Amino acid sequence: MDDVAKAIIAVDGAKVSFGAVKALDGVTLRVMPGECVGLVGHNGAGKSTIVSVINGGLTPHDGTVTSDGERQERYGINAARDRGVRCVFQELSLCPNLSIVENTRLVHRALGGFGWRSRAAEIIEKSLDAVFPGHGIDSGLTVGDLSIAERQMVEIALAFSDAGTPARLVILDEPTSSLDASLARQMLDHVRRFIAGGGSVIFISHILHEILETCDRIVVMKDGRVVAERPAQGFDHHGLVEAMGSVAKAETRQRPVREQSAAHAILSHQASGLPFTARTGEIIGLAGLAGHGQTELLLALHAARSGNWLPQRNPLVTFVAGDRRLNGVFELWSILRNFSIASLGDMSSRGLVLEAGEKAKGAAWKERIEIRTPNMDNRILSLSGGNQQKVLFARALATRAPVVLMDDPMRGVDVGTKQEVYAIIRDEAARGRTFIWYSTEMEEVCLCDRVYVFREGRITAELVGHAVNETNIISASFEGTA
Amino acid sequence: MNTLVRQFGKPWVWSWLAAFIVWFLTILVTGGAGTLGLSQAAFTFAAFSVIVGIGQMFVITLGPGNIDLSVPATMTLAGTVALKLMNVENGMILPGLLLAVFIGLGVGLCNYTLIKALRIPPIIATLSMSFIVQSGAIWTNRGLRIKPPSVLADFTTSSTLGVPNVAIVAFLISILAWILLEKTIYGRWISAIGQSMPAARMAGIPVDGTRFVTYLFCAVLASISGYLLACFSGGAALNMGAEYLLMSIAVVVIGGTAVAGGDSNVPGIWGASLFMFLVVSMLNTYGLGAGIRLIMTGLIIISVIMLAGGRRGMR
Repeated sequence: MDDVAKAIIAVDGAKVSFGAVKALDGVTLRVMPGECVGLVGHNGAGKSTIVSVINGGLTPHDGTVTSDGERQERYGINAARDRGVRCVFQELSLCPNLSIVENTRLVHRALGGFGWRSRAAEIIEKSLDAVFPGHGIDSGLTVGDLSIAERQMVEIALAFSDAGTPARLVILDEPTSSLDASLARQMLDHVRRFIAGGGSVIFISHILHEILETCDRIVVMKDGRVVAERPAQGFDHHGLVEAMGSVAKAETRQRPVREQSAAHAILSHQASGLPFTARTGEIIGLAGLAGHGQTELLLALHAARSGNWLPQRNPLVTFVAGDRRLNGVFELWSILRNFSIASLGDMSSRGLVLEAGEKAKGAAWKERIEIRTPNMDNRILSLSGGNQQKVLFARALATRAPVVLMDDPMRGVDVGTKQEVYAIIRDEAARGRTFIWYSTEMEEVCLCDRVYVFREGRITAELVGHAVNETNIISASFEGTA
Repeated sequence: MNTLVRQFGKPWVWSWLAAFIVWFLTILVTGGAGTLGLSQAAFTFAAFSVIVGIGQMFVITLGPGNIDLSVPATMTLAGTVALKLMNVENGMILPGLLLAVFIGLGVGLCNYTLIKALRIPPIIATLSMSFIVQSGAIWTNRGLRIKPPSVLADFTTSSTLGVPNVAIVAFLISILAWILLEKTIYGRWISAIGQSMPAARMAGIPVDGTRFVTYLFCAVLASISGYLLACFSGGAALNMGAEYLLMSIAVVVIGGTAVAGGDSNVPGIWGASLFMFLVVSMLNTYGLGAGIRLIMTGLIIISVIMLAGGRRGMR
C-alpha cells in the first residue's frame, strides 16, 4: 500500500467501544502530507473518538495505527507529539491559573532549562502573530483572565507553534465555535498557508461552509463509521447534509417577519449605549464580535432578576449556559437530576421532590428534544457534548420563566439538533415566551425578530424585522472602527 | 439515583465494614464477655459524633473550602449556658434546650455573616468565631460545674429496650437529615452548589440563602449535641467539645462523603462514628500504652480512608 507508506497517520479498521456503546466501528482514515481533511458528522458520530485515537489518547481495541509507513505498537500521546501531531480540543484545555507563557512551556517539553520564559514567550507570540495578525493578546496574561474567544485563539496558536519538533499534523476540533467571523477567517487562511507549506490538518466543524471551502477531502462519519469520503469538490452544502443523514433542511428558511412592537414590554435594562427592552414573545438577538459585552448583559439581566437569598416561586428569567463545563452541568449527577434542578419547585409538594413526577417530566422532555440515551439515570458525562447541551436546554425550557437567556448555547451542536432546537424556540416564542439569544453564528442571529449589535461593551445599533440581515449586522459590528 | 448507587457501590459500606471488624476483633479478645456493654457504649458515644458529624457533613457538601471549625466551641457554650439556665431544676429542661438551639442559631448567623459580609474563607471565619464563642463559654462558666437536672441526667444515661436514649435521639435526627438530603429540594440545592457554584447560580438556586441555612443547621446540631453531652457527663466542662473538632470531620470523611463536596450520605456517618469509638476501645482492650494507641488510631483511620477512597477513585 503506497498510500499507507506516505501517510503521516493512517488508522486501519479502528474499533473502540465504551461499555455497550460502539464509538468507533471499524474506521479507516489516512492523512497525507499537504492535505486538509474535513471531518463532519452528528454529535456522537465518533469524530472526537477518532481524534483521540490519532493523538494517542486512546488505544483502539482493534485495528492498527501506522505513521510514516511504520506500524505503531506502543502509540501514546508522547509518541504522537514526537511525530508532530498537535490537537486543539473542543473542550478548551489550557490551565486557567497559569499564564500563556507557562501554558506554552507545559505543551512544549523541550522548552526546559534556563531562560525558558523568554523563549516560550517568543515562540507563542510568533505563532499568534502568524495565525491572528493584530490579535492584541499579551503573552504574560493569565489564561483565566482571557475571554473564551481569546483562549481559543491561544490554543490554536499553541498547536501551530514550533519549539524543536515542528507541527506536521494539526487536529482542529471545532476551533471556530467561539470565534467570530473575522477571527475564523484569519484562522482558515492560516490553515491554507500551513497546508501549502506541506503540513496536514484534520478539521472538524459544524459550520459546513468552512469545511467546504477549506478542506481538500471530506470524510463523513455516522454512528462510528465512515459513510462517505470524497474530494471537497464532490460535495456541496446540500450533499454534505444529506450524507450526514440529517433530515432537517440545511438552509434556514427566512422566518416570517413578526411585528412585535405592540406587545407588552417584559424586561428592560439600561446598559451603556442604547437602552435594552424585551417584549413578550420576542426572539431578540445579541450580535457583534465575540466578547464585546453580550455575555455581560445576559449575566446582568440574570443577576438583576433572580434571588440569591430566597427561593423564587415564579422566576422571571432562566439561563442556558454556553460554557457548559463552567456554569452548566453538575458533573456528579444523572441526566435526570441535571434536567430537573431548575424546575424542582413544580415537581414537589411541601419541599419534598415527587420522584414520579420528576421521572415523567424527564421522559417527556427526553422525547421532545431527543436526548440520545438509553436511560435518564445515566450520568450526564456519559452524553456527548451536543446532547449535554440539549439537557441544559430542556432544563431552561421546563421552567415557567417567561424569559429565556441564551449564552451562545449552540456551541458544538450538530446541524440536525440545531434545527430541532430552532423549531422549539419558534414554537415557544409563539406561545409568548421571550428569548434573548447571544450567538456567534450569523445564521442564528438572522432568526431573531430584533437584534441588538454590540461594540466594545455598548449597544451600538438596533435592527428590526427586514433590517436583520448579515450585511447590516456586519456593518454595525465594525462601525466606528477607524 | 438508586441505579447510580448500585452501579458504583455504596461508599458508606466501608465504614460499616470497618466498624464491624473492629467490634469483632474486640469481642474476640474478651471471649464474648461484655459484648452488650461494649455495643451499648459504642452507640452512646457514637450518638454525639453522629449529631455533630451530620451538621459538618451538610457544610462540607457545599463544596471545597466549606467547613465549620466552630463546632467544639459551640458545643461547650451551649452546654454551659443551658446548664446554668436550668440550674438543676427539672421544670427548666425545655427552656434550656431552646436556649441551646438559640445559641446555635446565633453562632451560625455570625459564621455566615463573617463569610459573606467580610468575604473571609469559611476555615478562618469559623475558627476565629470559635475563639469568641469559647471565650463566651469561659466567661459564663467561671470554672463552676453545674449539674444537669435529674430527669435529663437519667434520660441521657439510660436506655429504652436496650438502646441508649441518646442513640435514639441521634437516630431521629439522622432520619430527618436523610430526608432533607435525599428527598427535598434543599438537599438537591446543597449538592448542586457543592458541584459547581456558578452552575447552581445560573440554574436559579438561591445560593446564599441555601448556604446560610446550612451553616445555621450545622451550628444548631452542634449545640444540641453539646446540650446532650453536658447532661450525659454530669455537667459542662470547658474542654468537652475539644475532641469533636477532629471527630466531626473524620466521621464525614470515613463515612464516604466526598471532601470536594456535592456527594454525601447519612448512613456512613453512623458507621464511621461507631468505628471511631470502637478503635479506641479495641486498643484499650489489647492493653496497649497511650502512645502506641494514638499512633495505631491514626494508622487505622488513614488505611480506612485509603480503602474507601480507592474504591471511589475507580468510578
